[in-house]
Amino acid sequence: MDLDLIRIAVTLAAFAAFLGIVWWAYAPARKRRFERDALLPFDGDDR
Amino acid sequence: MQTGTESTYNYKVVRQFTIMTVVWGVVGMLVGVVIAAQLIWPELDFGIPWLSYGRLRPLHTNAVIFAFGGSALFAASYYVVQRTCHARIFSDWLAAFTFWGWQAVIVAAALTLPLGITTSKEYAELEWPIDILIALVWIAYAVVFFGTIWKRKVEHIYVANWFFGAFILTVALLHIVNSAAVPATFWKSYSAYAGVQDAMVQWWYGHNAVGFFLTAGFLGMMYYFIPKQAGRPIYSYRLSVVHFWALIFTYMWAGPHHLHYTALPDWTQSLGMVFSLILLAPSWGGMINGIMTLSGAWHKLREDPILKFLIVSVSFYGMSTFEGPMMSIKTVNALSHYTDWTIGHVHSGALGWVGLVSMGSVYYLLPRLFGRAEMHSVPLINVHFWIATVGIVLYIAAMWIAGVMQGLMWRAVSEDGSLTYTFVESVKATYPFYVIRLLGGLLYLGGMLVMAYNVARTVAAGRAEEALIPAPRLAHA
Repeated sequence: MDLDLIRIAVTLAAFAAFLGIVWWAYAPARKRRFERDALLPFDGDDR
Repeated sequence: MQTGTESTYNYKVVRQFTIMTVVWGVVGMLVGVVIAAQLIWPELDFGIPWLSYGRLRPLHTNAVIFAFGGSALFAASYYVVQRTCHARIFSDWLAAFTFWGWQAVIVAAALTLPLGITTSKEYAELEWPIDILIALVWIAYAVVFFGTIWKRKVEHIYVANWFFGAFILTVALLHIVNSAAVPATFWKSYSAYAGVQDAMVQWWYGHNAVGFFLTAGFLGMMYYFIPKQAGRPIYSYRLSVVHFWALIFTYMWAGPHHLHYTALPDWTQSLGMVFSLILLAPSWGGMINGIMTLSGAWHKLREDPILKFLIVSVSFYGMSTFEGPMMSIKTVNALSHYTDWTIGHVHSGALGWVGLVSMGSVYYLLPRLFGRAEMHSVPLINVHFWIATVGIVLYIAAMWIAGVMQGLMWRAVSEDGSLTYTFVESVKATYPFYVIRLLGGLLYLGGMLVMAYNVARTVAAGRAEEALIPAPRLAHA
């Protein structure tokens, strides 16, 4: 197996994973959920 | 109330690290001022080898990065992970071990570095017995931190904890790989790597120490303390998710920019430059997220000195993460490398970003840890802010001018092809800028002393606070 081919494949897979994360974060279906998560530091908090 | 009860947070270890942040801040910055003065008046080492510049300089960097910054990171991460997981820290005694172990490392550094015991690897100078202790403390830190996340009572892991977690994991990896060495005697070892490989491992470590110790951990502070102090959630939680992963994917590859025009293969240098340029995007994404949290509530910045610390620190983060990629471009680096421009760049990040965000976080934490409504004197927080900010501006402006001037003088060539200036002429020309830098450093140290006074008065009139963990709710709201 050509080592360079593996290197290229890993780089492209990492880039695809990153694009997947961007899609996951910005998909409209998860908008409400992230707005709720952002409130976690204030949850049940007196001060 | 004693520790060990599961109904309260462990604030004791947070208190210990918070106090030591201030103590080591004063010590580390004082050593910085001393060596800045030595560059103007070399006689200030009094002929004593222990006080020579070459030995005090690593003492300064280790003290401010690992003692001051490290204690601030321990304090903030232990506080934030408990409060956002609704769980008491995992294992009180292991957390106590990280505190006493870390203080032992700092004391060992303060003793060995002036004695001239060093591996000579920048920011990794400590010899192998101390390196082993660091590794043990750090593994314990990881167990305590991730153990607390494991026992959390809420579903989601808040973004600040992702940044703290990445910082802890990566620093463990960097430290263990870069410190691999063959001991010769108890206080002398030789690196496991040789030649250019050793240099590459060292700067892989060195730059990721900047990326994860001095950036990711402090971004964890930003994502908790700015929303809390401003009283509103982070500008965009979705941006914070992308910010985190973009930073993680790119930082690891930027190290070679420390080795431009060396024996390192040319393609490796170019790779380091390209990834450094890409880093601008996640860095500025994070900066925008922090600053825009105040969108619609800018008036708070005028009234609240703690917010001034936190927001201005993020502005300095934006400045130095613009400057950094620019300096990593090889043609720019040909001018800037080995000059005081590098020192100016580091201090805009260290004094501006790391220093101010830590100080803002300590001002936030201290009254809450000691059962007070606010710091002993809020006006003094404002005084500290302005002294520190003027000090930073003087410091970095002096070093920028000095650095560009040095770079231009070193590369100037006369018509016959000989160098226009001798090296010592560039040293003489730098002299006035060293004086301005000392003035800036003195102001920054002065601000830290104001803080130490304010902290001492707050603690003296306070009591050890025990905060209750909120009762778990039956259903998710």
